[in-house]
Amino acid sequence: MFAQFLHWLESTLPAIAISESAWLFPGIETVHVLAIALVVGSITMVDLRLLNINLRRRAVGELLAEILPWTWASFAVAVCSGALMFASAATKYWGTVPFRVKMLLLILAGINMAIFHASMQGTVAAMDLTAGTPRAAKIFGGVSLVLWISVVTCGRWIGFV
Amino acid sequence: MIQHFIHWLGATPLSQTIQSVFWVVPTVQVVHILSISVVMASMSMFDLRLLGLVGKRHSIASLSARFLPWLWGALIVLLLSGSILIIGEPERSLDHSVFKIKMCLLAAAIIVTLSFQSLLKRDLARGNTDLAASHAAAAKLTGIVSLILWVGIVTCGRLIAYTS
Repeated sequence: MFAQFLHWLESTLPAIAISESAWLFPGIETVHVLAIALVVGSITMVDLRLLNINLRRRAVGELLAEILPWTWASFAVAVCSGALMFASAATKYWGTVPFRVKMLLLILAGINMAIFHASMQGTVAAMDLTAGTPRAAKIFGGVSLVLWISVVTCGRWIGFV
Repeated sequence: MIQHFIHWLGATPLSQTIQSVFWVVPTVQVVHILSISVVMASMSMFDLRLLGLVGKRHSIASLSARFLPWLWGALIVLLLSGSILIIGEPERSLDHSVFKIKMCLLAAAIIVTLSFQSLLKRDLARGNTDLAASHAAAAKLTGIVSLILWVGIVTCGRLIAYTS
């Protein structure tokens, strides 16, 4: 069933175009790298603020409101470019360990972020007033940083298998 | 000349080690990409502010104090990790046209940023609280040129793997 889906994906017009063209894949990959740089760089800024390492004089709530729209826009570009590359050789990618680990890590990063927003939305305002950040915020920031570094590591690893 | 250097570099024990230990190149590439993400996020926000597109509530002086140290710090990591990749695979980069373009763009980006930094420093030394209003056009020019250069640098970096 799923194998058939992967097979169908590879037979779609964009997938065939990408796998047959000499420059489409590198082009899309460049867009993917640029988008990931913005996603990971902007998330790193937020995570370092939550860890109370960086941007200490900036209010957490204000920083989140300022940076996260850019993160989401870049993430959308990364997902689209990633999906196109995946489609070009879906069966091959699905069968590799780093691809599966990367998807798992992305889900974990999403869960970490969802719990952060659900449980700490109210405390973000209070965080601005205190000198440091609460331990829970540090844990969310630290976990996020480790997960995203691992996502990039797996992404690079996919190119070597 | 360059071919001699490439052969010599590729034969050094350090290069041989990088080539034979399978995880060195991928790991260093990951460090390189993570540093690029720091540069791209910092510089795109800074450049968009220079263009007056985002974050106008913050002064140019405060944003350059916040973001530019990250640029220079990450650039050191990029130069070190990039050097390891070159030593490990000299024939892949040193005599490669896209690599040469990348280095020219990098030099241009460094010069543009340093020039802007010294302009801002001079304005602040003259008692301004931010970049002088008369330098608004220079700020916009710096923003757009820097943005184009960094996107170009990343593009060339990725294309080194695909062209010869």
